[in-house]
Amino acid sequence: MLKMARKPVSDPGFDESAKKLTPEKIEKTIKWVLEKEAAGRLKAYLETCIHCGLCSEACHFYISYDRDPSYAPVAKVRQTLWDMIGKKGKVDAETIKQYARIAFAECNICRRCSMYCPFGIDMGYLMILVRRICGLLGVVPQYLQDQSNSQSYTYGQAWVGQDDWVDTVQFIEEELRMDIRNARIPLDKEGAEVMYSPHSLEAKFKTNLLSNIAKILNVARVDWTMPSFDGWDSTNQAMHAGDHEIMGMAERKHFDAALKLKVKKIMTSECGHSFRAAVYDGSRWLGWKEPPITYLQPTQVFYELIRDGKLKIAKKLPGPVTVQDPCSIVRNRGMGDMLRSIVKWTCEDFRDVNPRLEHNYCCCAGSGVINYGPPWKFIRMEGGRAKIEQFRATGAKTIIAPCHSCHKTIEEMIKYYKLDMHVMFISEVLVETMEIPEDLKVIKPAKAEKE
Amino acid sequence: MYEFLTSQVVYDFLKGPMVWVSFIIFIGGSIYRVLSLISLAKKDKVVYPYLSVKYSLRSIFHWVIPYASTTWRKRPWVTLMTFLFHICLLVTPVFLLAHNMILYNSWGIRWWTLPETLGDIMTLTVIACSLFFLLRRLIAPEVRFVTFASDYLILGIVAAPFITGFLAFHQLLFDYRPMVMLHIILGEIMLMAIPFTRLSHMFFFWLTRAHTGSEFGVFRHSRDY
Repeated sequence: MLKMARKPVSDPGFDESAKKLTPEKIEKTIKWVLEKEAAGRLKAYLETCIHCGLCSEACHFYISYDRDPSYAPVAKVRQTLWDMIGKKGKVDAETIKQYARIAFAECNICRRCSMYCPFGIDMGYLMILVRRICGLLGVVPQYLQDQSNSQSYTYGQAWVGQDDWVDTVQFIEEELRMDIRNARIPLDKEGAEVMYSPHSLEAKFKTNLLSNIAKILNVARVDWTMPSFDGWDSTNQAMHAGDHEIMGMAERKHFDAALKLKVKKIMTSECGHSFRAAVYDGSRWLGWKEPPITYLQPTQVFYELIRDGKLKIAKKLPGPVTVQDPCSIVRNRGMGDMLRSIVKWTCEDFRDVNPRLEHNYCCCAGSGVINYGPPWKFIRMEGGRAKIEQFRATGAKTIIAPCHSCHKTIEEMIKYYKLDMHVMFISEVLVETMEIPEDLKVIKPAKAEKE
Repeated sequence: MYEFLTSQVVYDFLKGPMVWVSFIIFIGGSIYRVLSLISLAKKDKVVYPYLSVKYSLRSIFHWVIPYASTTWRKRPWVTLMTFLFHICLLVTPVFLLAHNMILYNSWGIRWWTLPETLGDIMTLTVIACSLFFLLRRLIAPEVRFVTFASDYLILGIVAAPFITGFLAFHQLLFDYRPMVMLHIILGEIMLMAIPFTRLSHMFFFWLTRAHTGSEFGVFRHSRDY
């Protein structure tokens, strides 16, 4: 076997939790997941893989780490599932920590490899199985586990309680009225067309994003609402921590809130994972083929609003612009063309990335990696090299990324690689470029005197 | 050993009942493996609701045509070798003159036959491609990292009947009789190994592609090629 070099990382979520493990518990958990929870797909994938290594080129880790074979998708399966199956589940706690590192930190479950495997083997699913095993054993990055705990208590990832939530919305509404005349953030409006479901952070320290969305929905005169009660939050970190039970509980709460308000559609925030949690993992866990209520991502909503003329563009964003295709909404839901349409409508100089659309590289922060805190920041910076090179090649100054994880990590990578670029959400672009109808413009006191 | 390989009793057994046994194991085993996988996939719950004939065929089409998918285009040489290998591997034994003659003599059935030279070329192609895959396993780091003894074994199982067949036909290395006996034994081993080794990708390919193709087409609204 070739040498596998890794920087040691100290994460209490791994080190302390591993101390509590016993060989019996490990064996029982591995057998439970691989024999009881997994079925046909696992068997087919393991017995079809011909070990050809053609998936390697698909992985941004493999490319960013100078084609180190131990980062190839199939190599990750070899170092986790093949290993534990070969040892019949009889592995020690140290090995579980290694599995956890590979499945949690060295794979973003972006599913690019399943497009490059001649058999279409879904290695993302295989890594989810490994995360599930580690999650059940409690060996999870500490920051992620904390957010998963928050999920079980507040149904969102950032410990925002219901009282804080209502309070935040009220002050955002007040501030919004300085920009939009009589702006409303309607809470608990029964029978509204759309329920907006923000990211926890939009109620904590990124309130400007919630304010932007509210502004756009007010200007486009969308009939919308948000719940004042639990279930307003669309995030789901338990999904990443392998805690499917909590993931299912939070998603159920989320759908229940929408059903209680009798809304027709749910719109999540500009976030990839919450969309994936609701549409993919959460819905399937709850037994739905597709979500029980039409589930939208802002990319699609904004695209339709502009296309139908409900949102008019007054001016175009100057300077060269490129896009980030978030895996959860582009590769895994085909919204790449909508994203490009919006960018072409709102920006002067659009420069596409290569590879593009479903062939995009992951930002290296997907599937929770953004949330692992300082111990793991290096892996996002190093593993994201393929991504940042892709942006550098476009010569763009602005990157439009409709996803919280992509947004944050690309912003950090720009600093790390010392580039002259910045990242924007679509909502930020729209707030700058959209036309505000006369009747919604605020009459400023000074201006009023002149008139 | 030499006596074993030249014995008439053994020869008759291998050419008679053992052929039946190996075909029954090959076909029966394959059917069993496919059916058991199909029923196991029901337990997965997320496979069948999304299956679509249209997207399964779209996916399969792009992966059985050379250079019709991104991977095939990115690795032109591997693609060329992969396709040559699989085509020759499947076509040669079925349409080879010597095999067709046995079939005609026993059952009176006949079908199209490869010209002898072409049969030779195709056999050598399989051997050359096997050598290419062997070297790739030994040299390419990303392949070597995931190579096990079983990988060499299945490559050997597939290449051996072609090597011995070629040697027997041209009466090289050994006399014809022991070599052809070896060829028959190895051919029968290959047939029986297909359902129970990773050579089963022969029929699992269609199933995994159908699932992934449907998943991408129906649910993810994007392409998997």
